[in-house]
Amino acid sequence: MDINVKSDDLSEMENAFNDSIQAGKVIEPKDWMPEKYRKQLLRMMSQHAHSEVVGMLPEGNWITRAPSLARKAILIAKVQDEAGHGLYIYSAAETLGMDRSEMIDQLLAGKAKYSSIFNYPTLTWADIGAIGWLVDGAAIVNQTVLAKCSYGPYSRAMLRICREENFHNKQGYQILAYLMRGTLEQKEMAQDAMNRWWWPSLMMFGPSDKESPNSADLLKWKVKLFTNDDLRQRFIDRTVEQAQAIGLKVPDDKLKWNEETRHYDFGEINWDEFFQVINGNGPCNKLRLKQRNDAHSNGQWVRDAAKAYAEKKKVN
Amino acid sequence: MDSNHQWPTWEVFTQKKQGAAHEHAGSVHAPDGEIALLNARDVYSRRQEGVNIWVVPSAAIIASSPEDSGSFFDPANDKMYRSPNFFKTADGLKQI
Ligand SMILES: [Fe+2]
Ligand SMILES: [Fe+2]
Repeated sequence: MDINVKSDDLSEMENAFNDSIQAGKVIEPKDWMPEKYRKQLLRMMSQHAHSEVVGMLPEGNWITRAPSLARKAILIAKVQDEAGHGLYIYSAAETLGMDRSEMIDQLLAGKAKYSSIFNYPTLTWADIGAIGWLVDGAAIVNQTVLAKCSYGPYSRAMLRICREENFHNKQGYQILAYLMRGTLEQKEMAQDAMNRWWWPSLMMFGPSDKESPNSADLLKWKVKLFTNDDLRQRFIDRTVEQAQAIGLKVPDDKLKWNEETRHYDFGEINWDEFFQVINGNGPCNKLRLKQRNDAHSNGQWVRDAAKAYAEKKKVN
Repeated sequence: MDSNHQWPTWEVFTQKKQGAAHEHAGSVHAPDGEIALLNARDVYSRRQEGVNIWVVPSAAIIASSPEDSGSFFDPANDKMYRSPNFFKTADGLKQI
């Protein structure tokens, strides 16, 4: 029967595809790929791009209030990089066959997901330090691995991004390091930011793989190369000593170096909170969506002007 | 929701330094070539990654297809004598 033959062919193609990935082949846009691979990548990449874009909002909140001209200039450059990251990833995602405008419409309509971390508020200047150090630090751990993933355009975008992230990470760490050398009030401000951002940063790696439904496929296709738990552990191991070096306390009573595993043991993550935030009930979900929509409609005149100018030139 | 922000895409090629070949960097959306160049500069060259940029309408690129990459590159595959490794020379003999 015809239909069976077709599905046999399909599974044969899929096996060949899986084998080629195991052999280290990098997939390019025009290569044949299973529909599920395309869909999963598109989901991941569009969410990643949205996160870069929404991620500008909590930091943008402090550009006008950064404590010095140098800090303002640095923060503007950092936020501009995030806009760039969004554009690299949208551009890479478009190679999978969806227009950027469609992805953006999904975001503006509140139908798309982005990293839950950006639904937390930036209450003090120290939060900008904590974001650069912890949030961008977690992103670095994720993105360094994604740079070796099986989809060519995504991996190339990640390479470009990784080159820029270290600046983000270091400027954040420096903000906190300076505060920790300051007055008692400044130290408390830094510690308060650490207390609020530590756990949400650990959640950025996603739930344990036992509970994330797509992990097995993504690992098989080398879209993911390590489990969420592995990457979280890597982040913790690297970050704890940096915290100690400037006198910040990690807000986790169970945190302890384990001589046997050569890793830090750590306490239980509040996954209820994570799912609350993911499902729209975080402290800033509604605000972010409104800010993003406002930014988009406030930019309408720029798009109109550029289009009118291009048309005018065509006529002449 | 308006979708009129979907300008055509342009492929971006950046030249790292004088004398180097232009390399594909990614793509941008823009209403025309002039703005595509400005966008490409802002997106792909914030850290002196380029001394020169080309933008090309994505639709203007004609690419060979991966499915027939075998037969397409066939003429090269069976002419191994084009490689210097094809020729055996006496051991220890100095190459040019
Ligand atoms: Fe980023
Ligand atoms: Fe960043």
